Amino acid sequence: MSDTLTKLIFGRLTIESFPIHEPIIVMTFIAVAIGGAAVLAALTYFKLWGYLWKEWFTTVDHKKIGIMYMILGIVMLLRGFADAIMMRSQQAIAFGQNEGFLNAHHYDQVFTAHGVIMIFFVAMPFVTGLMNYIVPLQIGARDVSFPFLNNFSFWMTASGVVIVMASLFVGEFARTGWLAFAPLSGLDYSPDVGVDYYIWALQLAGVGTLLSGVNLIATIVKMRAPGMGLMKMPIFTWSALVTNILIVAAFPVLTAVLAMLSLDRYVGTNFFTNTLGGNPMMYVNMIWIWGHPEVYILVLPVFGVFSEVVSTFSSKRLFGYTSMVYALLVITILSYLVWLHHFFTMGSGASVNSFFGITTMIISIPTGAKIFNWLFTMYRGRIRYELPMMWAIAFMLTFTIGGMTGVLLAVPPADFVLHNSLFLVAHFHNVIIGAVVFGTFAGINYWFPKAFGFKLDRTWGLVSFWCWFVGFWVAFTPLYVLGLMGITRRLRHFDDPSLQIWFVIAAVGAAIIAVGIAAFLIQIAVSVLNRDKLRDVTGDPWDGRSLEWATSSPPPDYNFAFTPVVHDMDAWYDMKSHKYARPTEGFQPIHMPSNTWAGIVIAGVSTVFGLAMVWYIWWLAALSFVAVIGVAIFHTFNYKRDFHIPVEEVIETELRRTADLQAAGA
Amino acid sequence: MGSSVQVPAGASERAFHLAEEHEHEAGSSTLLGFWLYLMSDCLIFAMLFASYGVYSGSTAGGPDAKELFDLPFVALNTAMLLFSSITYGFAMIAAEEGKKGATLRWLAITGVFGLCFLGIELYEFSHLIHEGAGPQRSAFLSSFFTLVGTHGLHVTFGIVWLVTLMVQVAKFGLGAANMRRLMCLSLFWHFLDVVWIGVFTFVYLLGVL
Amino acid sequence: MAGHAHHDAHAHGHGGHGDAPAHGSRREYVIGFLLSVVLTAIPFALVMTNAFADSRITAGIVMLCAIVQIVVHMIYFLHMNTKSENGWTLMALIFTAILVVIVLSGSLWVMYHMNLNMMPQMSGEMSTM
Repeated sequence: MSDTLTKLIFGRLTIESFPIHEPIIVMTFIAVAIGGAAVLAALTYFKLWGYLWKEWFTTVDHKKIGIMYMILGIVMLLRGFADAIMMRSQQAIAFGQNEGFLNAHHYDQVFTAHGVIMIFFVAMPFVTGLMNYIVPLQIGARDVSFPFLNNFSFWMTASGVVIVMASLFVGEFARTGWLAFAPLSGLDYSPDVGVDYYIWALQLAGVGTLLSGVNLIATIVKMRAPGMGLMKMPIFTWSALVTNILIVAAFPVLTAVLAMLSLDRYVGTNFFTNTLGGNPMMYVNMIWIWGHPEVYILVLPVFGVFSEVVSTFSSKRLFGYTSMVYALLVITILSYLVWLHHFFTMGSGASVNSFFGITTMIISIPTGAKIFNWLFTMYRGRIRYELPMMWAIAFMLTFTIGGMTGVLLAVPPADFVLHNSLFLVAHFHNVIIGAVVFGTFAGINYWFPKAFGFKLDRTWGLVSFWCWFVGFWVAFTPLYVLGLMGITRRLRHFDDPSLQIWFVIAAVGAAIIAVGIAAFLIQIAVSVLNRDKLRDVTGDPWDGRSLEWATSSPPPDYNFAFTPVVHDMDAWYDMKSHKYARPTEGFQPIHMPSNTWAGIVIAGVSTVFGLAMVWYIWWLAALSFVAVIGVAIFHTFNYKRDFHIPVEEVIETELRRTADLQAAGA
Repeated sequence: MGSSVQVPAGASERAFHLAEEHEHEAGSSTLLGFWLYLMSDCLIFAMLFASYGVYSGSTAGGPDAKELFDLPFVALNTAMLLFSSITYGFAMIAAEEGKKGATLRWLAITGVFGLCFLGIELYEFSHLIHEGAGPQRSAFLSSFFTLVGTHGLHVTFGIVWLVTLMVQVAKFGLGAANMRRLMCLSLFWHFLDVVWIGVFTFVYLLGVL
Repeated sequence: MAGHAHHDAHAHGHGGHGDAPAHGSRREYVIGFLLSVVLTAIPFALVMTNAFADSRITAGIVMLCAIVQIVVHMIYFLHMNTKSENGWTLMALIFTAILVVIVLSGSLWVMYHMNLNMMPQMSGEMSTM
């Protein structure tokens, strides 16, 4: 009787669900608990809760939301990288008699968590954060189209993060690999909570991603400054537009396929089982229909970043702007025609494989065209080797090689040899680190002065840069070699001692990258400490070309006191060359959206819903689901969602800016 | 194109900012945004249709479409949805003309048709499950229940939204914000009708054929 | 196209209802409704009466009716046209339609060949095992 009652109240959550027998997890938990308690105590002691709630948690300002995305990405990068270090060390020592320090149960969770976190909770927040911060500024808008939705999207992403992090300390995470292929992810082979954590983390975060996609498309379509026709949009905004089109078109596919997997697990349907007509291969087929566009969702925004950086630091207009735009559009459609190259070996036969092999090779053409455009932009430019530019050059070197190994894998017969080998692992790290990570660092170094009003420290930035660049190649070249020797991915233990040296080299590479990450954190700390020395009051520290550099750093809440009018693709460069004088009078009150509590509350209750579903706590799931709907409906009864910044405040802000500019002698 | 304010034509000097602020109409992006959301929803249904297509033969020795589906019943259901579509249209027309009472009446009628649709669908589901043809029986039935059920869930959500909106229209009248919401629900409701065309064609008619 | 866009951008500037999407008149709704009734009745009647001996003909007509009816709904109920939102809604719709065709036909094609190659017993070819 009491047993049934416990089940009713706690679902399948029991004392045994807490992994107290895993020393690594217990140590991590203690560290996190102490660190977390310290942070909470500090926040309480310095009475920062009200400030955080008012200025950050409930904010609808796209700039603050963008910064929160970046912070989320950095925090999760540390978690995802900790997993990477554990895998590299395990593989470097687990030979012959040595079993290493991770048991199979834990190791499988580690590689799954690494993939999931790095893609969904590091790369996605980074690109979303950059787009959120920069796009409205580049198009001369005051905010995004749906500011409330923007706040909500962020918190839904954070909700996914909370669920993934909870799996570390309560229960377990999926042991299926980052795409949770069926039937392994089905109830028969993964009866525990791991896959459920995976499903709900991705579903909740997916809601946020989709809505932020809708939001940014509407923003770019509807809120551009007067005069900014489509072919005058900055190239980063173009890549953001295309990226968000891909998000809106691809994430529903993930939602659908994960929903079917959950039905298999919760209701007992037979989509992906081995029995009663189910077909696990359909899962693989459908999830890659999302999965391949996802690759371009990650990479296109950073192509935009590199385009801006290369053009700015070569002091030249971007070469081949029109061809860049068309390349983006071609990639958008083609990215939906290549998904099968992820499973050539599944056995669809020669006709299917050759179609998808050829489309894959074709999609490399617009990508290659972009590389040439960047090179021609640099050609005869006055190149300034500032940090963002160095990341851009490292990207071009690294990404080109990664792209070529990708074309190699696009040949079906070659793929039959290399499928699921470490060669593949090396390939996608080559393109994802080479593009997304390098691009994020380029973007952070490039736009940090815009967001905070001071540049990042160059010395530590160089340390970080070289450690990442060198560390990447030391870590992944051995994996190419091992892959060509036929070593498959996700192995925990090896028998052949002759392979060990390669894994040791790879581990050394990972250690070098670790120094690079540490140097990046130090770079931020040092820059904050030296902020007065690194200060930039002009708002245009790099001699930039697009509109975000036309306003102050950091920009005021309203971005632009007067809506800019655009005549040229390089709008700010155009303004500067026409000796544009910043207006100092005639200010008006500015219409702005109000902050909202609803985003964080709805996302918070959704998190509870997700956790309740994971643990089969049905009463709580039902309660929180009703609460989500209820709060959402309650929120729609609030019709007063905006206010005007009084003109006095605008004048005060703008006068301060005038004084700053005069003091700087600009 | 696409800019919300025209550049003053014929100005000899290049103007680099607007002296007079044209405020962005609150919610001027809402309909575009909602349409984009509907397009994403459309792709969810595309995946469900794809899985129904792939699994339509995977009956695992269980009943197939021919044995299970009762066409007169489906025709009745289709009629319910079609009626609700035109009544929603009349609600929109009444709202355009500023007739609050008529709007509410037509919305209520739409809701009743929606509920009838749901009732018939639930009856069909329970009937199938009773016959041993539940979603667990075969991949074919899994995909059938998921596709039709997802559409039904959308209709359910649409009715919840409809009721909320009726309260709001009754309370706050037919202001700009409520008109926008009515318009969004209109898109949603008619969109569900379009999906239903796909369902009755591909699932029921071609299934029975 | 460009003319449209220009005209629309201008109309937009006035805010208010200038940019509001086209609303249907009562007449439009009734026409749409009647067309839908006919386009629904035909396929149901064909299937329920087994009008054609060759079911492929029926299937063809049924699908044709569905496509036409979807277009009817788009025009008369969803008020799609080339002008609303500067053509962005129509563009989004066309893009979505392309993707729907890709994922539907692609999945069927891929899975058909996979079943053929990997599970021949299901196609009945290896029933003598």
